[in-house]
Amino acid sequence: MNGRKILAIALVLVLMAAVLAGCSGNKGQQQQNQQGQQPSGEEKLKVGLVFDVGGRGDLSFNDSAYAGLERAAKDFADKIEVEYREPSAGGQDREQLLRLLAENGFDLIFGVGFLFTEHIQKVSQEFPDVKFALIDGAIDGLDENSNVACLLFKEHEGSFLVGAAAAMKSKTGKIGFVGGMKSPLIERFEVGYMAGAKYVNPNIEIYSDYIGTTGDAFKDPVKGKELALNQFKKGADVVYHASGASGVGVIEAAAAEKKFAIGVDSDQSLSATEEQRPYILTSMLKRVDVAVYETIKSMVEGNFKGGYKVFGLAEDGVGYAENDYNKELIADIKPKLEEIKEKIVKGEIKVPVDKTEYNEFLKSNFK
Amino acid sequence: MFFGELLASSLRMAVPILLTALGAVFTERAGVVNIGLEGMMIVGSFWGALGAYYYGPYFGLLLAMAAGMFMALIHAINTVTFRVDQVVSGVAINILAYGSTRFLSLAIFNMATTSPHVSGLPKINIPVLSGIEFLKPLVTDVSPVIILALVLVPISSFVINRTVFGLRLRSVGENPLAADTLGINVFKMKYAGVLLSGILSGLSGAYLALEHTGMYVEGMTQGEGFIALAAMIFGNWEPKGALWASLLFGFSEALSFRVVEGGVVPYQFIKMIPYVLTLLVLTGVVKKSTGPAASGVPYERGLK
Repeated sequence: MNGRKILAIALVLVLMAAVLAGCSGNKGQQQQNQQGQQPSGEEKLKVGLVFDVGGRGDLSFNDSAYAGLERAAKDFADKIEVEYREPSAGGQDREQLLRLLAENGFDLIFGVGFLFTEHIQKVSQEFPDVKFALIDGAIDGLDENSNVACLLFKEHEGSFLVGAAAAMKSKTGKIGFVGGMKSPLIERFEVGYMAGAKYVNPNIEIYSDYIGTTGDAFKDPVKGKELALNQFKKGADVVYHASGASGVGVIEAAAAEKKFAIGVDSDQSLSATEEQRPYILTSMLKRVDVAVYETIKSMVEGNFKGGYKVFGLAEDGVGYAENDYNKELIADIKPKLEEIKEKIVKGEIKVPVDKTEYNEFLKSNFK
Repeated sequence: MFFGELLASSLRMAVPILLTALGAVFTERAGVVNIGLEGMMIVGSFWGALGAYYYGPYFGLLLAMAAGMFMALIHAINTVTFRVDQVVSGVAINILAYGSTRFLSLAIFNMATTSPHVSGLPKINIPVLSGIEFLKPLVTDVSPVIILALVLVPISSFVINRTVFGLRLRSVGENPLAADTLGINVFKMKYAGVLLSGILSGLSGAYLALEHTGMYVEGMTQGEGFIALAAMIFGNWEPKGALWASLLFGFSEALSFRVVEGGVVPYQFIKMIPYVLTLLVLTGVVKKSTGPAASGVPYERGLK
């Protein structure tokens, strides 16, 4: 009986140790950083970032934000100190993480993703001296003097370009779209893509699907793959995804079917495997890294401004990816893409942002 | 062609549920409720990817089964040796699985929620059948794990219903006191049942990571461990029943992928198909299902 008790206690201790180890994973890094930084003496700007569902390593949206953070940390190594947090699997602790960073004296805190909108709105009011940057989300009633900057992207413009690319490359006249969580944000990708495709080929057929209705939809590669496979089997030969980590499945499906996938947010050709690369036509770049970097830079230079910053084609905030792997693949359509890009920047093409505008777009372009 | 694709997709979606449901049959038949199956799938998907990343897919599958078995061992120690409430222990297993995979993922891959790309087992083409046009999607480029899962159904059924081991396992789940009186080692049998469920769930997780997606992504199991429990109950604690139940779940998922948003039916309703279908079947078709009599009851010698 005694032996059992000891075993029981040992088991409990092991479990507790595991839980504690899990909690303190990041803190260990942080303490090391602080110790390493003490000799320099001077007070550094503290920049914190909280990731979205999918987290770092999604090879897409979050990784793009991380790239910006990393670049800033390198360029301003003597002026800033950065730290990032990953929300729990369900993302319920987003608000706590923001508050935690604010309480720990961080000067600038990023919330990566529109799911942070409410939380930043709340926490930014509690900590008026802390600056916040919200990616992809808009909070009403901000101005230059607010402590929140909303970093917004014209995803529809970038999507328009890859939509045009998809339509030009499609041999079957059928293309597909796989979205993550059904939401107005992801619908912008969808609508832009469809409009771009219709712009170059009015007869193109477009299949469109969403993975789900919650944040979980951004980390469900199993469904992502099945949806993409279904579209490929129905005859589509290019599928664009806007689904975060679920897109891994879409790219896998394209490689398996030897058809094309279009990546999103980051240049996904770079993170794909050798076997997958020939099947990634291009990626819709959403330069979250630029937005993050520029915001940190403005903070370092002491001219942080609140309000709204919009990154579109004109600002090189969105675009299509060209790299060593797809250079030849898109060489024939590149001139046309550049031409369309020019027209969007000049305002000659007005890219729709939602279904209503899309229908108007179709009406006004093809009578 | 469309129907063939639908079936192939159903099968791919059904296999992880089926493997875990088979595991659930073993553990429940031995009288241990195991809601930690989801957690065992999670560690399976992570360790499978980890093993495959360093030493190839075969090693990945083995490591995933070992990891699932390890979690099952914790559950067995908790519930069989210490007679902890089985549901509580299962919940703890699920939390431990989430925490430990994230911790290890950060430590090993330096990414909290994903692994690098990994490759799965070579795909199989079944010779004769792949000549038939209708069956083509079902029998070309098939993951060996799918075939393994299907083969495991009759094997499990045989083991449970026709072997000495199976008889003892069932007796322990129905009436442990009687089994003990007859000289069966109740604890050993319960351990065996729970460990088998861990091995199968680990394999199921590895299927998702290696065979289906080619990458571990946190939360990729999407609650399939719980769906597998439902499939097991729905299948009346029998491997063959679990097969049909899993196929039904897989089919409804695959069907929901193919129903296109048409404007009339709101998108949210399309995504409800699997759940609504399940409810309908559970309430309408299944008349009565009875589990092992002593399931969920901890056994202690000398107590009545």
